[in-house]
Amino acid sequence: MQPFTKLSAIAAPFDWSNVNTDQIIPARYLRKSRRHPDYATYLFRDLRFNSDGTENPDFVLNQAAYRQAKILVADVNFGCGSSREGAVFALAAFGIRSVIAASFGDIHYNNCFKNGLLPIRLEEKVLARLRAQLVEQPGSTIEIDLEGQFVVGPDGTKHMFDMDLFRKRCLLEGLDDIGLTLIHEETIASFETRYQETYNWTMPRQG
Amino acid sequence: MSKLQLKSRSIFEKIWDSHVILTNDEGQSLLYVDRHYCHDGSFHAFDMLSESGRKVLRPDLTFGIPDHYVGTKSKDRQDFADDERRAVVETVEKNAAEFGINLFGLDDPRQGIAHVVGPEQGLSLPGLLIVCGDSHTSSHGAMGAFAFGIGASEVAHVLATQSLWQLKPKAMRITITGERSFGVTAKDVILGVIAHISAAGAVGCAIEYAGPAIASMSIEERLTVCNMSIEAGARAGMVAPDQTTIDYIEGRPFAPIGEVWDEAVTYWETLPSDADATFDHEVEIDIGTLSPTLTWGTSPEDAIGINDIIPDPNEESDLRRREEKQRSLDYMGLSAGSSLKDVPVDRVFIGSCTNGRIEDLRNAAAVAKGRKSKVPTMVVPGSGQVKAQAEEEGLDKIFIEAGFEWRYAGCSMCVGINGDDVAAKVRCVSTSNRNFEGRQGPGARTHLVGPEMAAAAAVTGCITDVRDLMVES
Repeated sequence: MQPFTKLSAIAAPFDWSNVNTDQIIPARYLRKSRRHPDYATYLFRDLRFNSDGTENPDFVLNQAAYRQAKILVADVNFGCGSSREGAVFALAAFGIRSVIAASFGDIHYNNCFKNGLLPIRLEEKVLARLRAQLVEQPGSTIEIDLEGQFVVGPDGTKHMFDMDLFRKRCLLEGLDDIGLTLIHEETIASFETRYQETYNWTMPRQG
Repeated sequence: MSKLQLKSRSIFEKIWDSHVILTNDEGQSLLYVDRHYCHDGSFHAFDMLSESGRKVLRPDLTFGIPDHYVGTKSKDRQDFADDERRAVVETVEKNAAEFGINLFGLDDPRQGIAHVVGPEQGLSLPGLLIVCGDSHTSSHGAMGAFAFGIGASEVAHVLATQSLWQLKPKAMRITITGERSFGVTAKDVILGVIAHISAAGAVGCAIEYAGPAIASMSIEERLTVCNMSIEAGARAGMVAPDQTTIDYIEGRPFAPIGEVWDEAVTYWETLPSDADATFDHEVEIDIGTLSPTLTWGTSPEDAIGINDIIPDPNEESDLRRREEKQRSLDYMGLSAGSSLKDVPVDRVFIGSCTNGRIEDLRNAAAVAKGRKSKVPTMVVPGSGQVKAQAEEEGLDKIFIEAGFEWRYAGCSMCVGINGDDVAAKVRCVSTSNRNFEGRQGPGARTHLVGPEMAAAAAVTGCITDVRDLMVES
């Protein structure tokens, strides 16, 4: 997995609450391989493109200043709904490395970390300020420092963010968490033995 | 505190505690997984597993259940919408064979939607930790389990290790009081709950639904309620097991029998939350005044009673919210201040993991009986077993005589993946769980309802208060 340490990049204001993963990637693209060369075009497909395939000029990522954005500044409950990891595959394929929001759909939040993408939680009023700055100065950049757990807005203001340390470490080092878990293989095996002795009924009868 | 004075715990905490393998210094717990359902969309995870040269650690606890991509017109493999979709379904079958996992494949009479099949087969039991790469896994919480949806990478992790790293969610209890009045269903209750707490109201929480209105619900009804927990942002939703749960499970194919059954029941009786258990959030909702409910917008929180009027976005104090609600109305082709009653509909869908179980079909059939559909209506049973049961009861004949299409089991029009799509600007009254923009197809307009309201829309051709068609007993 691609590690995430620091990023200074163009940020796009994404001024909608409850952005769902069906919007991030419509279901009809979920059958595609996650390495499909067109994956970046599936991102926000039905918002970014008209039904005839032409670009919707009003959509933020189609505007010249934001086309190279690597950061989205969203709002509450970003990535709610379906568990589809395709939503993160599409964000990553487009080049998005971080989404800043007040809250995230839980599953989407977890999925981000598995693909080298950093979801950051900041307060709603901070997000409103950041989005306003990005609208006033289109194409301006935001700086993210994962080690220091802070974001620096276009106006130079520093905003600290919280996150759990395990995910932070995995992202900083680009660790494969299956590999990390397998370090505990023996602990899992002895738990399993004890568990099945105590709760014998949990084993499916047929099978 | 002496050792005998155990801390009071909620059902969620009890299940959590019994599944913790270890907790690391950074506060994440590695949890043991009892059941892992893999639908056909799990191919990404199997790819990841193969690419890393890993195996499935516990194939006996892993169940392949194709549902999203299966065609519902027939069981014929030639009837798929295209080769690509057929290949996705056949991939889960191939992976099941390769990794030795259990399979309810296309030719298996038990095949259906994972969240219908699990409880129905006696696989989803109280006290278990259940995962599946699908957000509606919260359904299984109705059995008294801690069940939640995960992403593809997490599916791969569970396949390889039978465990999952998790931060402990917050505990929320939603106590539902009051009696459901005539014609009010479990779907109306959960739509009412989501409208009350909002689509983000339970983000980061495991919900326990409690109170007399939940205790009096059947398992099918509790499954409908828990199913939509994710639409309020919750990680999971659950109901403590009681006699209703035990009676439902007893005798099901995978459920324990004999002495093991007695052991299980003894344990399940210890699961309900202790009387003085505490919760991070408590909500109480009285459903005494609830009426048949449906959505007007593009978020499940946009729900109102059938006799209510569509709220005016201008009443939103927040400018951005005002714009979003207006955008919803424009998408749906509706205006604020008007009623949804008598709005003409173009088609109706009855099915899904929310409302594709036998009771749902019985309730829809009761409304459809002796009437004729005015618009194309599709009934898709949640599983092969539900289909067989419905046919034994003659429900299929009622639907067919009413002009409804009687299909084979699958997710179908709920998710717009298998080719059963709704066209742009077509108004669909649907018993599914999401009314997102484009959910049932690009530009599709979805109104979420319960099965009775769906059948009422089918036979009248417009949004109708189903109580006008029902006889109060």
